[in-house]
Amino acid sequence: MENGKLSKDPYNLIITGVGGQGNVLASRILGNMMVRQGCHVTIGETFGATQRGGSVMSNLRISEISAWSPQIPKGQADMIVALEPTEAIRLLGKYGHPEIKVLTNTRAIHSVGVIAGELKYPSLNEIKEPLQELTGEVWLVDATEEAMKLGNPILSNTIMLGALAGTGVIPMQRDHFKEVMSETMGQDRLEINLKAYDLGAELIKH
Amino acid sequence: MSVMLDGKEGMEYMVMGNEAIVRGALEAGLKVASGYPGTPSSEIIERLSDVAKDAGIYVEWSVNEKVAAEVAAAASFAQLRSLASMKQVGVNVASDFLLHLAITGTRGGMVLVTCEDPAAHSSSNEGDSRGYARMMEFPLLEPGDFQEAKDMTKWAFEFSEEIGNLVMVRSVTRLSHASGNVKFGPLPRTEAQAEYRFSGAFLDPVAGPMISTGFGHRIQQEKLKKVREIFEDSPFNTYQGPDEPELLIITCSVGNLYCKEAIKALGIEDRVGLLKMGTTWPLPPNLIKKYLLMTDEILIIEEILPFLEDNVKVLAAEMVQEIGAKKFYGKHAGQIPSFGELSADLVIQSLADLLDLGYETVAQEYTDKASAAAFARAPQRELTFCPGCPHRASFWAIHNALELDGRQGFVCGDIGCYSLAALPTGFSTAKTGHAMGSGAGVASGFAKLRQFGMDQPVLAVCGDSTFFHAAIPALVNAVHHQADFTLIVLDNSGTAMTGFQSHPGLNINAMKDEVPALDIPAICQAMGARVEVRDPFDLEETQKTLNELMEYTEGTKVLVLKQACALSPEKKRVKSYNMQINEENCIGQDCGCNRLCTRIFRCPGLIWDEVKKVARIDEVICAGCGVCADICPAGAIVREEA
Ligand code: SF4
Ligand code: SF4
Repeated sequence: MENGKLSKDPYNLIITGVGGQGNVLASRILGNMMVRQGCHVTIGETFGATQRGGSVMSNLRISEISAWSPQIPKGQADMIVALEPTEAIRLLGKYGHPEIKVLTNTRAIHSVGVIAGELKYPSLNEIKEPLQELTGEVWLVDATEEAMKLGNPILSNTIMLGALAGTGVIPMQRDHFKEVMSETMGQDRLEINLKAYDLGAELIKH
Repeated sequence: MSVMLDGKEGMEYMVMGNEAIVRGALEAGLKVASGYPGTPSSEIIERLSDVAKDAGIYVEWSVNEKVAAEVAAAASFAQLRSLASMKQVGVNVASDFLLHLAITGTRGGMVLVTCEDPAAHSSSNEGDSRGYARMMEFPLLEPGDFQEAKDMTKWAFEFSEEIGNLVMVRSVTRLSHASGNVKFGPLPRTEAQAEYRFSGAFLDPVAGPMISTGFGHRIQQEKLKKVREIFEDSPFNTYQGPDEPELLIITCSVGNLYCKEAIKALGIEDRVGLLKMGTTWPLPPNLIKKYLLMTDEILIIEEILPFLEDNVKVLAAEMVQEIGAKKFYGKHAGQIPSFGELSADLVIQSLADLLDLGYETVAQEYTDKASAAAFARAPQRELTFCPGCPHRASFWAIHNALELDGRQGFVCGDIGCYSLAALPTGFSTAKTGHAMGSGAGVASGFAKLRQFGMDQPVLAVCGDSTFFHAAIPALVNAVHHQADFTLIVLDNSGTAMTGFQSHPGLNINAMKDEVPALDIPAICQAMGARVEVRDPFDLEETQKTLNELMEYTEGTKVLVLKQACALSPEKKRVKSYNMQINEENCIGQDCGCNRLCTRIFRCPGLIWDEVKKVARIDEVICAGCGVCADICPAGAIVREEA
């Protein structure tokens, strides 16, 4: 690959969140960016009823050599990108191992059980603690808050992609982000998305 | 711009399995496509409808799968290439017609694409429709990766023309909804002339009428003989591995990807062979024989039912003199379950067991700790109606009407987002749930049990798309037999569960043309039902009407609750109201059932503030429908026009 190598092959990345958060779109943008890097990418995801408030997950298998199956085997994820923090914790039992890395948005989405008072949603500290203990590296960003400052909470996904680029775990290129986005949206929305992407990358550096 | 049409020959694109199927069909010169939406199949007709005008093809969302098959068959009869697509349960609906189509045969290449949902991620069952290929006697192809999904679909049209019969291409969720690299081929530029020839002799396959008769069965079987011969040399059946493996794996569909991954993970490339079958019915006997001769131990890996396994075993039994006795592993011997999805993990585990290999990637101690953390810190996420969903309001009114009525009334549920009415999000009102339109059919049956002493009020629900798909005949039956129940049509102006495909109640079709919309209340009225129409966001009126209808015991009643889905293009991210909580007024524990809004009504747009002990609006999630303002007995939830 011309532009930087994968640190592992295949590189197994999970994007997780709650139905309605735009998980599927984020994984397709990232997948297309990596194809532009000359990689084989397989994305496995389920949607349908899972959109209605349930947990949603995309498995990305990024490889310079060949195509892989659409489901990451147990204990084999290299990175989890979580659009909602408790979703990251949920996946560690199945996909985690002591070196796994996690990037998560800190904004909570309460499940119905929590809203109804049958279950308890953990505090930010209670979320941080297992993440720090069970992973090699953790980045927490308040992407939703930053997105609202930019005028639209949906931009939080783009901020998360920018932040992922900022972590440097996989070779992502801003130009490829621009190319992929400009194929799907008009100039005005492209501008604000680029801004969000850069902002995400900035958030990691600090 | 759409990569489906503009994607260049020889270039690689990352596309979904369903898109690979679409590109394959376009490369084959498809002219007509029809289907009924259903996860995981919907993107096929969707992508085709996006490019329909530019590609010069006709695409429709048919009213149901049987009609979709009939529409596509007509194109084939007129010598055009056509495709019908549906999910596994749709094949059951279409089967009535398909059985006859297998006898009349086809002319222009015709492909049935079925996308199945192992593990029933978004289905009410995980049926395996491959049994239909055997039962109806038409050939079955199963692509083993993304590239093959495209190549195989393209070839299926030529093949269908060659044998004069329908060809079934079966995909599954992990192919249809997964994405991978696919190298595109050229798109043909063909002018098509449709003509139906019927003046030839009665059984003339090229110029006679297409009429299903008992005589056709012999011809059908002759076609299958030819299919077997063609399959013997198919490039879609591949083998990878040593000449004399210890163990032969036979697999198909995405089992292929999992097996490859498992073999690599265990490092057993020199010990096991992998025969991937792309042509899974009828199986080519000589090819199977060649590989069965390699070894005496065979493991068959496939999703859901032991279809491939049983068919291979029949061949092995027939050939036992030549190949000797074999030991088979798979579903019958218990290595692979006959339900749910496959995964690389499942295949790794069964291979490790069979070959006596230890395999552990992560220390058990870590996994235990992480699982404990998830249990303690990641609260379960139950499915729920979206914020601003009209169904939550509808079922709130229905639930309250049933409570007020007090005679143990219940709802016969149906298929759509509103199937969730069986869960707390729909206040657990739905007490039956089966196929499309079965709510009305089952309710009409319950309603005839009055003579046996049943005095519970009976309600049924269906959505607008479901109404046209299969509730109409049930309603005809009910009105004619004077079945005393109320059908509630939850009309949210689209096939919402699968992503807003058009249906006959809307004035737009799949090609985005303006078309006549059929009026649901007028149809029901014409049938002779008593019909009322309400806005479900008007909770009080809706409940009142329901109670009246339940009281009224003569014949069949219909209540149409009309309010667009919260995710519909016109409503998404547009708030009707800005919501606020007046913290002074919020009485939490003391209101009705103790926090009525969050504990009972449970819209995700509401949050309970543990510290302040008041309700809160989550402004990121709230859709601004304003309904919760009417729920709160204290007037603490305030709406203001946005
Ligand atoms: S907002 Fe109204 S319904 Fe909700 S807890 Fe407060 S008083 Fe009760
Ligand atoms: S207005 Fe109330 S019921 Fe409607 S989406 Fe917002 S919180 Fe939910």
